[in-house]
Amino acid sequence: MRFSATTALALALLTAAPPVLAGGEDVVARDAWSRASIGTSRPGAAYMTLQNNGGEPVVVTGLRTDLAMMPMIHATATDEHGVSRMTHMEELEIPAGEAVALAPGGLHLMLMDLQRPMVEGEIFSLTVDFSDGEKISVEVPILGIAARVPAD
Amino acid sequence: MTRLQKGLWAAVAVAALAAAGLAAYGSRAPNGTASAAPSVKADFELTGHDGVMRTEDDFKGKWTLVFFGFTNCPDVCPTTLAEIAQTLDDLGPKAEAVQPLFISVDSDRDRPGDLAEYVPQFHPSILGLAGTPEQIKDAAASFKIFYERVPEDTAPDGYTMGHTSQVFLFDPDGGFVRLYGYGTPAPEITADLRARIDAHG
Repeated sequence: MRFSATTALALALLTAAPPVLAGGEDVVARDAWSRASIGTSRPGAAYMTLQNNGGEPVVVTGLRTDLAMMPMIHATATDEHGVSRMTHMEELEIPAGEAVALAPGGLHLMLMDLQRPMVEGEIFSLTVDFSDGEKISVEVPILGIAARVPAD
Repeated sequence: MTRLQKGLWAAVAVAALAAAGLAAYGSRAPNGTASAAPSVKADFELTGHDGVMRTEDDFKGKWTLVFFGFTNCPDVCPTTLAEIAQTLDDLGPKAEAVQPLFISVDSDRDRPGDLAEYVPQFHPSILGLAGTPEQIKDAAASFKIFYERVPEDTAPDGYTMGHTSQVFLFDPDGGFVRLYGYGTPAPEITADLRARIDAHG
């Protein structure tokens, strides 16, 4: 049935009119938050949900912030033995019309090489770059070090 | 290939890699947590973040929560520390009966002083424990936990740690009671502890 599914998809794409202009500008970030740090020697983490309101998948290719020299996307995976490991992700695809949650224990933005301490109550700006050259700017509130969820 | 086909093949590749990874892991894992549970015990000699040498005997008389991590861990460890901190707050006066221990598996970087500036920030009652590579190895063997150093160019000092992320509960006599899986919400841990403390008297 793979062929027919593909055909159906192709037909759907061909008959979709007008073509949907899509890309990074269709992505909205919400529920952004991060935890305060102790000094600058250890990496920080930030979380958010990226919602793609467009009709095409978009790919996050980079992050920029003056808070950290090396902001990047990491994924934590916990296996059946209860062992957790972290891996670096070069890119992150957000499917058309879907949202990808960066939340504790899963995807997160790791903020390497902090340029200043992350102070509770402050906000930092983060730019998310997409493969189509578009970008969005996200304001990320810094919550307490023991925060578990985004602020209300 | 169409995007759909590419997606399917990517999914197959991910599944195959995951299966291979699990197979590789299974061959060197000390034990599955379920089958290992009866033989789990707390047997360690480590240094508290206050500089005091500690063994499991120091915590007899309390419900002891033990979990593992490292201070350069941006996601899993702060999340568990935050859940445990919330649990202590929610337990109110009953928290007196509970002693959480955060054991660093990163003996190269985490000395007691590093834990002293990190662990109490989450909650003053949580005690960080550090040790030499040998002491950590011995402690890990008693808890039947797994940890490893993983090269990662994008991590501080070029490595990160994989480690067991469950929380272990021991009763006031030092007997192993249960595991809380990673990500168990604070209210669930709180309710469980509250019931046990009440029943124990």
